[in-house]
Amino acid sequence: MSKAKFLSAVALVAATLPAAGFADTSDKRIALSNNYAGNSWRQAMLESWAKIGDQAVSDGVIAAADAFTTSENQATEQAAQIQNMILQGYDAIVINAASPTALNGAIAEACGAGITVVSFDGIVTEPCAWRIAVDFKEMGRQQVEYLAERIEDGGNLLEIRGLAGVFVDDEIHAGIAQGVEENDKFTIAGEVNGDWAQDVAQKAVAGILPSLPEIVGVVTQGGDGYGAAQAIKAAGRDTPIIVLGNRKDEMQWWAEQRDANGYETMSLSIAPGVSTLALWVAQQILDGAEVPKDLTVPFLTVTQDTLDEALESTPDGSVANVEYSLDDAKAVIAEAQ
Amino acid sequence: MNARFRILLPIASLAVLLAATFYMQPRAMSYFGLNLLFNLAVPIALATVAQMMIIMVNDIDLSVGTFVSFVACVTATYLNDAPLIGALILLAAIAGYAAIGALIELRQLPAIVVTLGMSFVWGGLAILILPSPGGTAPTWIRTIMTVKPPLVPMAIVASVLIAVIAHLLIMRTSSGALLRAVGGNARAVARSGWSLVRLKAAAYGLAGVFGAASGICLVGLTTSADANIALRYTLLSIAGVILGGGEFTGGRISPVGAVIGALTLALAGSFLSFMRLSPDWQIGAQGAILILVLSVRLLFARSNRKKGAAQ
Repeated sequence: MSKAKFLSAVALVAATLPAAGFADTSDKRIALSNNYAGNSWRQAMLESWAKIGDQAVSDGVIAAADAFTTSENQATEQAAQIQNMILQGYDAIVINAASPTALNGAIAEACGAGITVVSFDGIVTEPCAWRIAVDFKEMGRQQVEYLAERIEDGGNLLEIRGLAGVFVDDEIHAGIAQGVEENDKFTIAGEVNGDWAQDVAQKAVAGILPSLPEIVGVVTQGGDGYGAAQAIKAAGRDTPIIVLGNRKDEMQWWAEQRDANGYETMSLSIAPGVSTLALWVAQQILDGAEVPKDLTVPFLTVTQDTLDEALESTPDGSVANVEYSLDDAKAVIAEAQ
Repeated sequence: MNARFRILLPIASLAVLLAATFYMQPRAMSYFGLNLLFNLAVPIALATVAQMMIIMVNDIDLSVGTFVSFVACVTATYLNDAPLIGALILLAAIAGYAAIGALIELRQLPAIVVTLGMSFVWGGLAILILPSPGGTAPTWIRTIMTVKPPLVPMAIVASVLIAVIAHLLIMRTSSGALLRAVGGNARAVARSGWSLVRLKAAAYGLAGVFGAASGICLVGLTTSADANIALRYTLLSIAGVILGGGEFTGGRISPVGAVIGALTLALAGSFLSFMRLSPDWQIGAQGAILILVLSVRLLFARSNRKKGAAQ
């Protein structure tokens, strides 16, 4: 869903829903428990949290929105961190978890102490916590759907996968497989592991290209589209439609191609600002709103029309981002009900 | 530094840190608060005692963390679904630990290399048993780890219990004295007719027992396992032993000190978190606390030696 479409959906929902807001949350304190800060996505995630959290505090919506990151990416350490938050008397804890299961004991303690727990991105299985999950399968399926709209005759696709053995890779791959099944004019002619890194993807694609027939489209997992484009160019082939993953270098390449020869594609990924969605969901739960335990993160899609805007707002080496508002959160909640 | 004096510094460091934590976060000064502060330190204390058994015989164990993770995976799967098979696997693992000890002595291998290799074996086995995070803690261990005894919280009772058991085992029995002697002067022990192979196997076997207990307790707290759940324990346990007054050579260790060392390390993490210190600085700050305690110890040791020389 594009941001504009998303907002119109929000407006619609806001018009049909009675004004929610049963309790005052101005004295409530929310903490973010984060397990890792070592890449650009996580850095952007923390920045978004700080920006929206500070704004919410100065607007008087909540009393505090403090972020904590464990010094090592370890479940036992994060469990201790969560227990410390219980002691510090937070009303809600928002978690990006190091492990889906190993924090359950600490989370049960928090729930037992009457604290609202919301997990996102790295979600947890403890039933008392809320989960804001990413539908990676849908992310794969939508790529093939887009290609089906663009390429009437169908043809051969090249699939670039992520890091072998990781859950995310399996899910996106399953979604792509489902998409190809639904659109049988496509066949996956080749499959390589790009490990979500441009240099790895470039090497892998360069290796498999000589054995492939003509390729009309490349489906990816993000962080690998630019490398694929370089490899295809080096092999002297025409550039197929490469679905991108919102990285700055990918979007920059896209803009160059568009200016040179009118190249069209789309790009989708999860915005790091999903942390702010979790913040508002926690605020809504504290507010007394009825929130289903399982929510789904909307994708951030960059299209031909929004490319320049996304490019401008994305720092070098980072990934396109969007911060969510209270109304966005209400829309996500309404959609899940 | 004599044995009685050895224990004073760890107690003092824990007391100072505890006072500072209570000052920062008065809410921690309650039954509920103490339990939250220390319950995750219980498995760390057990892992530290396991490491102490190895350090006692002048070796070092780099596989404690992965071994505890492996036990956690077994506990959350087999020990829950088929208790008998689970118990057999754990016994086999402990026997494996003892066998490694025997092998190290028999072939005169460097323990640091063998245990580093074993850490990959345990890690691999853990992933085989539990390829993706999950499993369920057996009800009985969940009950034990969440029990609410009157007056004193579970975490404190358990820590005292671990310290007392380890102390009696190592400091008060003749076999304990023998094991410490292996670290002190292995050749003398061998010449007086004891089998070093057997003694080392015993020390490693004891480490296996405490390591297994650590994994089981950990799952009792977390409710389920993950193949990477306790990787940090390797370094934490070594730091805990040293912080608790142990030394790398000479069989000079203190079981009570080791438990206190583990509690201090766990508390240091919470203290820094209450201080709202940026995570970038936290590892460094934890290291600084460690260096501070060790340098105080060095100063004491030096003034002691001077006194000894003057007399």
